[in-house]
Amino acid sequence: MASKRVLVTGLSTYWGGRLAQALESFDEIEAIIGVDNEDPTVELERTEYVKVSAQHALLRRVVEAAEVDTVIDTRLVVDSATTTPSKAHENNVIGTMNILAACSGTDSPVRKFVFKSSTHFYGCEQDDPAFFDESMGRPHSPRTPIERDIVEAEASVNDFAEKTPDVSASILRFANVLGPDVRTSHIQLFSLPAVPMILGFDPRYQFVHEDDVVHALEHAVKSEVSGLFNVAGDGVLALTEVAGLLGKPYAPILPPWGTGLAASAMRRLGLRIPPEAMAQLRYGRGVDNRRFKATGFRYGYTSREAVLKLGEHLRLHPLVRGAQEPYRYEREVEEFLRWSPHVRGSRKREAALTQEDLSGLRRLLAAQGDGERTGPEPERRPPTRQAPVEHYDDLEPEEVVALLGSLERDDLLALQGYERQHAARRSVLEAIESVLARAEV
Amino acid sequence: MREEKGQGQREAQLPARRREELRELLPGLEPERQLTDWGRSERVEGAFDRTLVEFFYRYWFRAEVEGIENVPSQGGALLVSNHSGALPPDAAMIGKAIREEHTHPRGLNITVEHFFKGYPGFSMLLPKIGCVAAHPANVHRLLFDEGQLVLVFPEGRKGTEKLYKDRYRLRRFGRGGFVEAAMRARAPIVPVCVVGAEEAAPVFAQVGLMRRVTGLLYFPITPTFPHFGLAGMLGYLPSKFKLRFLEPIEFEHEGMHQDKGLVQTVAHEVRARIQENLWDMLRRRKSLWFG
Repeated sequence: MASKRVLVTGLSTYWGGRLAQALESFDEIEAIIGVDNEDPTVELERTEYVKVSAQHALLRRVVEAAEVDTVIDTRLVVDSATTTPSKAHENNVIGTMNILAACSGTDSPVRKFVFKSSTHFYGCEQDDPAFFDESMGRPHSPRTPIERDIVEAEASVNDFAEKTPDVSASILRFANVLGPDVRTSHIQLFSLPAVPMILGFDPRYQFVHEDDVVHALEHAVKSEVSGLFNVAGDGVLALTEVAGLLGKPYAPILPPWGTGLAASAMRRLGLRIPPEAMAQLRYGRGVDNRRFKATGFRYGYTSREAVLKLGEHLRLHPLVRGAQEPYRYEREVEEFLRWSPHVRGSRKREAALTQEDLSGLRRLLAAQGDGERTGPEPERRPPTRQAPVEHYDDLEPEEVVALLGSLERDDLLALQGYERQHAARRSVLEAIESVLARAEV
Repeated sequence: MREEKGQGQREAQLPARRREELRELLPGLEPERQLTDWGRSERVEGAFDRTLVEFFYRYWFRAEVEGIENVPSQGGALLVSNHSGALPPDAAMIGKAIREEHTHPRGLNITVEHFFKGYPGFSMLLPKIGCVAAHPANVHRLLFDEGQLVLVFPEGRKGTEKLYKDRYRLRRFGRGGFVEAAMRARAPIVPVCVVGAEEAAPVFAQVGLMRRVTGLLYFPITPTFPHFGLAGMLGYLPSKFKLRFLEPIEFEHEGMHQDKGLVQTVAHEVRARIQENLWDMLRRRKSLWFG
C-alpha cells in the first residue's frame, strides 16, 4: 500500500519536524498533517500543523476527517534527561495509547502505523548477548523508568498490531543517535573536554546518524515493511575508540563501585548522566541491524562515520554558534502564507522570500538610491527588471517586515526612501526605523 | 554480585533461525578500525601473544600438540575442552596451539562467563584478547554467520572450582547447550583434551566467605594465591602441557537441535570421548613435569 495521506505525531520534536520536511519533497504524498501540543520548530512548507495534545477523540476526528492512511509516531521520549519521569511516562505510555486508540476501530482509514522506538528497549545488562536481534526479548525486566516506558509503549503497539491485522505496523528501534543538530545525553557527554568513563569498563556502542534516522522512517513509510526492526549503523565501537575518533582523551572518572553516588555528585556539578546512559557506560550494547537492511534500506553512515561527523561538528560548533537564528513558528504568518488569497499560488508564496528575489530587490534598491552609489551591479541587469518592483509593491507589510532582518544598513536606507516615495505604509516605515535604530546600537 | 535470573522473558533468548541471506548483510570491518565489532583488538592480542602467552607456551609449559589437523581450516567449528585451574591457562594454550601449529593459523574466540563483563578491568581487557560472553546468541553468530572458531568449556565454573583431588574428572557438561549451538549452526564439534593444566594451577580449597567479600567468581587457595596477590593467579607451576585435538563430530542435517534426546546423547558422547582420551594421555604420561 502506498502512503498518500500521512499524519506525523510529535511535529514539534526534532524527529517529527525533520520527517515532515523530508516527506514534503515526495509528490506522491498528497497530504502531510502534523500534530503536537507545541509549535513546530522547523520551517515547513506544506505540512498542516494541528495543535492538539494526544487526546484520542480529537485525534480520531483529525484522522477520519483527513482520511489519513499512514500514521508515524515520532513522539517517544527516549532520553530521560530531556524531561521529568512523570512527563515522559505521560507522553510515552498514555500518549501512545491515545494515538493507537485514535487509529483503531473498524472504520478507521489508517492502514499503516510506524512507531519510532529505541534500542533502550533491550536495556544493558551483564548477561546480554553481544548483538541483540529483533526476536530477543529483554533478559531482565526494565530497571530505569524510561526503559519501562519504552517496553510498555511497544507492548501496546504490538497489541494494536495483533488486534488490527489489516494495519501494517512497524516498530523501528533506533540506536544512540548522533548528529550535529540533535541533542541527546550522549552527545552532551561527548561534548565534554574528555569522554567520561567508568573505571575498568570499555563498553561497546553502536550509533546511528540523524540523517539515517529520518531516512529509515521515510523508508518505513514508502516501502512495504512491517514488524520489528533495529536501526543502527554498521560497526560497534568501544568507547575508547569513540574518544579516539572524536580526538579527545577519555577520563575514567566514575568509580566501578558506588557509581550511582558519584553520578549524583556529578549532577551537582552540572553533569547529568541519566540512569539508562549509566547502564550503557558500564555494559554497552550492540544490535544486529541486518533485518532492516534486508528490507532494502541502506545506511548513509556507519557508526564510525557518525562519530567522525559529530567530531567535526563539535570542533566547528564554538565558531559558528549563534550565526543562525532559530526558526520560530508564527501561526498568523504561516496561515497567511498558506491561505491568504493575496499570496500568489500556494507554491509561489515562497517566491516572495527566495534569495534570487532578495538580490533582485537589492539591485533595484541600489539603482533607486542616490546616483553615486552605483556599486558593482550593472554587470547583469535582468531584462525583467521591473518585476521585482511590482513584486515588492505586492508584498504585504508583514512580509516586508520579515525581509528586513536580512538586509544591510544601506539597503535599508534605500528601501526606506523607496517606501516613502511609493506606498509609504506606516507599519513598514516604522519597522525599518526600528531595525535601523537597533543597528545603530 | 550476580543478578537473580528468571524475571522477565527468559525464553526469547535465542535468535530465531536466520535466513542465509542475512549472512551476506553482515557488516564488514572498516579498514581504519583497530577493533572488531566484538571489541577484539589485534594490537592488544598480539602483544599478549608475543610475550606472556609465548613464554608460557614455549618455555614454561613446553606444550605438545597432537591432532591439530582436526581443526578445520575454514568455516565455523566449536572446540570443546576440559577445564581447570584457578585462572585457567588452558584456553590461551589452545588458542596459541592453533596459531602456532596449524597450517592455516586462525583466531580463536574463547567463551567466558558473563560475570567478567561486570567486573572492572576484566570487562575492559577480555574482549580485547578474543574472549566473548558465553551467550547462545553470541556462539551462534560466531559459528554460523561469521564462520569462526569458538572454544567452549561445558563444565564452566564447575570445572575451575574443582579441587586438586578431583583432577581430570570431568564435571557435568551443562545442559548440552553447546551441542545445540553447534547443531543449529551446522558447525562441527572438535573435542579437545588438555593435560597439565590441573597441575599448573592446583586448587587446594575454595573459600566461600572470601568469594562473597571480594565479589569474585570464586576464591581459590593455590600455591601462589592469595598470598602473592592477584598476580599470584598467574603463578603457574611448570607442568608439561599436552593438547590433543580429537576427530570432529559433524552435524549435517537441519533442525537436529530440536531433538533434545539427540542433543543429550551427543553431549554425553563428547564428554565420554574427552574423558577417555584424558585417561589415555595420563596413562602414557611418565612425569608430571617432563611429560
